[in-house]
Amino acid sequence: MAASIPREHRRAAFWFLLPALIMFTVYVIYPILQSFWISFHEWDGLTDSMEWVGLRNYEDLIFYDFEFWTAIVNNLWWLIFYLLAPVFGLLMALFLNQTVPGIRIAKSLFFFPFVISQVVVGLVFSWFYDPSFGLLNEVLGFFGVPTISLLSSERWVTFAIIFAGLWPQTAYCMILYLTGLNNINPEQIEAARIDGAKGFKMYWHVIRPQLSPATFLAIVVTVIGALRSFDLVSIMTSGGPFGSSTVLAFKMYEEAIFNFRVGYGASIAVVLFLIMAVYIAYFLTRMLQQERSGG
Amino acid sequence: MYPTPIEKYGAGTRTGYNVALWVVLVIWLLPLLAVMLTSIRSLEDISTGNYWGWPTDFLLIENYTEIFRATPLGRYLLNSVMITVPTVIGVLVLSTLAGFALAIYKIRLGFLVFAMFIAGNFIPFQILMIPVRDLTEFLGMYDTMPGLIMFHIAFQSGFAVLFMRNFIKALPHELIEAARVEGANEFQIFWYVVVPLVRPAIAAMAVLVFTFIWNDYFWAIVLVQSDNAQPITAGIQSLRGQWVASWQLISAGSVVAALPPVIMFFLMQKHFIAGLTMGATKG
Amino acid sequence: MKIRLALATAAIALMTASAAQAGTITFNTDNADPAPRAAMEALIEQFQADNPDITVEMNVFDREAYKTAIRNWLASDSPPDVVTWYAGERMNTFAELGLFSDVTDVWQDNDLFDLMSSSASALAYDGVQYGVPFTYYQWGVYYRTDIFEDNGIEVPETFDDLIAACVTLREADIAPVAIGTRYLWTAAGWFDYLNLRTNGLDYHMGLMAGEIPYTDDGVRETFANWQRLLDANCYIDNHAAYSWQEAVPFVVQGEAAMYLIGNFITPFFPQDDIENYGFFQFPVINPDIGMYEDAPIDTFHIPTNASNPEDARRFLAYLAEAGVQTQINEALLQLPPNSDSVVLDDPFLESGFAMLSAADGIAQFYDRDTDPEMARTGMEGFQEFMVNPDRLDGILERLDRTRQRIFR
Repeated sequence: MAASIPREHRRAAFWFLLPALIMFTVYVIYPILQSFWISFHEWDGLTDSMEWVGLRNYEDLIFYDFEFWTAIVNNLWWLIFYLLAPVFGLLMALFLNQTVPGIRIAKSLFFFPFVISQVVVGLVFSWFYDPSFGLLNEVLGFFGVPTISLLSSERWVTFAIIFAGLWPQTAYCMILYLTGLNNINPEQIEAARIDGAKGFKMYWHVIRPQLSPATFLAIVVTVIGALRSFDLVSIMTSGGPFGSSTVLAFKMYEEAIFNFRVGYGASIAVVLFLIMAVYIAYFLTRMLQQERSGG
Repeated sequence: MYPTPIEKYGAGTRTGYNVALWVVLVIWLLPLLAVMLTSIRSLEDISTGNYWGWPTDFLLIENYTEIFRATPLGRYLLNSVMITVPTVIGVLVLSTLAGFALAIYKIRLGFLVFAMFIAGNFIPFQILMIPVRDLTEFLGMYDTMPGLIMFHIAFQSGFAVLFMRNFIKALPHELIEAARVEGANEFQIFWYVVVPLVRPAIAAMAVLVFTFIWNDYFWAIVLVQSDNAQPITAGIQSLRGQWVASWQLISAGSVVAALPPVIMFFLMQKHFIAGLTMGATKG
Repeated sequence: MKIRLALATAAIALMTASAAQAGTITFNTDNADPAPRAAMEALIEQFQADNPDITVEMNVFDREAYKTAIRNWLASDSPPDVVTWYAGERMNTFAELGLFSDVTDVWQDNDLFDLMSSSASALAYDGVQYGVPFTYYQWGVYYRTDIFEDNGIEVPETFDDLIAACVTLREADIAPVAIGTRYLWTAAGWFDYLNLRTNGLDYHMGLMAGEIPYTDDGVRETFANWQRLLDANCYIDNHAAYSWQEAVPFVVQGEAAMYLIGNFITPFFPQDDIENYGFFQFPVINPDIGMYEDAPIDTFHIPTNASNPEDARRFLAYLAEAGVQTQINEALLQLPPNSDSVVLDDPFLESGFAMLSAADGIAQFYDRDTDPEMARTGMEGFQEFMVNPDRLDGILERLDRTRQRIFR
């Protein structure tokens, strides 16, 4: 069959694909390669004088830039704690998977944080944490806890931002799990109930395997979200205090735009890209396997 | 259904659940409610430190009028619409065409092309930042809405092609074969057979892309700068720099910024969720 | 495919390129506060009335965002025709890259070398004038006179006095000094003054130019003085959480007594008890060192690629006029560089004007006097020092590594 693709079809396929392919190549594929190329140069981004420096940007990054390591460690924290989103999301989905009156509107409202912009989420949580009037300190003060300023404490700042990020991300995972729960075969549940399974045992042996596509998706989007974290850091702290809440995505932006170090910024982008590429490869192989087995 | 439906428990548990549901919801949305409350306060309340008590005045109309009168918020809002709507249309066109091609024809290396679109969906924006900015400048579109739109269309088509291709592939192939037998050419098949069938997918994608683009902040600060092209996300942040002490206005602005995607979500909830569970990443 | 692509993009570019009509000037500025913005709008009206053939399109930006945005415009093919910016290294950076155009002719044609002789050198790079100043202002300590009186504190003349004042205020349960270091540069104000008073202007400028290492004994002495302020618990808590404006209410509400900042703070003081606010010069640390001050100059420039440089020059000349500068500075509550302009009748401005006229020398400001990247790393270091003074050695070494890399 494949040997005899009608020419007409080949032509049609070509024209149908062309616009998307051009746009994607020009704006996505080619820029990736270009960033790799730029990362081997010293360049201020303003003038035409690009100087080839080989691997020096990477050497500077790894051996001389303490902030790079701060960013790596913070990204790691993001990855670890962001994975609470699927867990919380699952718990919330289990909590909400009922049919009481008003549940539909309640589910929508629970989903709210995901729909609004991260800029607004960042603003909302900046106020929430504010040491002089934030709701958090009002509440803590009520219990006699002294004022804390999470966003200016190098120890807590990253966790405070991650917590803000967990809000929309949990909502996202919750929806994925709610859909997953919806798709579970009710007959299997009934059969298991007759066999006397309930509670956690039921979850572990009957529900969990059936939720695995939802879990897979939730973990993939959460990992990508954690590595892409930029908006919240930019809005809430601009990487501060003294660079302690920076992440790779923000540091790259900062070096390229604030510090005129475009080549250096590109090298950070490449590092971030390579880290992400591991996940992309994993996701792709899984998708393609499903594709093969599913026909 | 799992967990066990609450109706199967006693009345006490049922009431308990109903109460708990709304209490948890209020706590969950507390930060948002706080912002809404702030947005109707008077400046007086804010300068005397009454941030969380009952407002002395309810300035719903005054504050929301003021934010449009004293700041370019209306302009930002319009910009956001003018960026988002063409992007959604562009993405729909490109991805329906490409998704159709990848789903219907056996193309050599088609799988590779498909994999490329998927992978593109997940890459960090920063790897594109410098070259895309240079390209936009080179095209004379730096600090213009078309510059932003072009990029968004290109980038979003990654996820959209994946989405459309999967949807079209699931359509009954016999329909297309039948049309071919009738003598329809390939474009006619696309236009008269496939497009009407993929309407639900188009709706789902439209609302998703709308939300992603509306909420975009990174590209808004990288590709545009002036009030004439800045969308509301970037606009809110720059208002925050200019109206530092006027929390009530910034809160009102934030509420306005959040409203369109929220309305969109409520109107198109089913499509939205269908879209998300098909493997979209926010971005 | 390549040709097709080029054609398509060219077509789109043609469609969207903002057609630069003759007679329109785009003017980008970061003077976003309501009063100066209104004053600027009025002045533009006036200019357009006098020059009916020219339309001025003003775009106003948030100050922090502006600092990054301007680089994008200047490097683009269609930059604005006039921009506001800052004198010193900030201007020199762009002049050196060829992004600002030579406006010496505007200075000559309008007699500005005479009228603005005091700021001429700050706007020159390599013997060429690259912009026109429109405002400058003093830095110093703004304080609550009533709080000082209530606690029997005199205006500090020496550094010891200042430390003593901190101790007294802390005992009275008042935070001595308000500061918001979230955007870092306010911390640099303290560094500048401590370094200027400890080591003098020549040393300071040597450090700014990368000629003196940050690990030098002079710098260490500056930080030792700073340490004394920290030991006396001079600063408000959690200052890294606030922008400079967010820290102003501490002074207004009487929870803090002093604020080292530029004169742009004064519009934030409530008019109905303005008599409770005062200004004093940063006290002496080493009596052998002259009294040098920070007095940043804000400026107008024409980008090299501007599409309408002729009209932009007319606009620049207009903005340099004595009357115009009087009006802008009345709204800004700052000082006009044109010596024929009138200084607003305002106690803060008058004391600032007197202080600057008697100064032994003037610096622009840390982030205007040194390389932008050095400034960023430096200011992060200052902020970190204020929170974790025990890390001083590590911070200075880091700053010096950055200095060596940047100025190599």
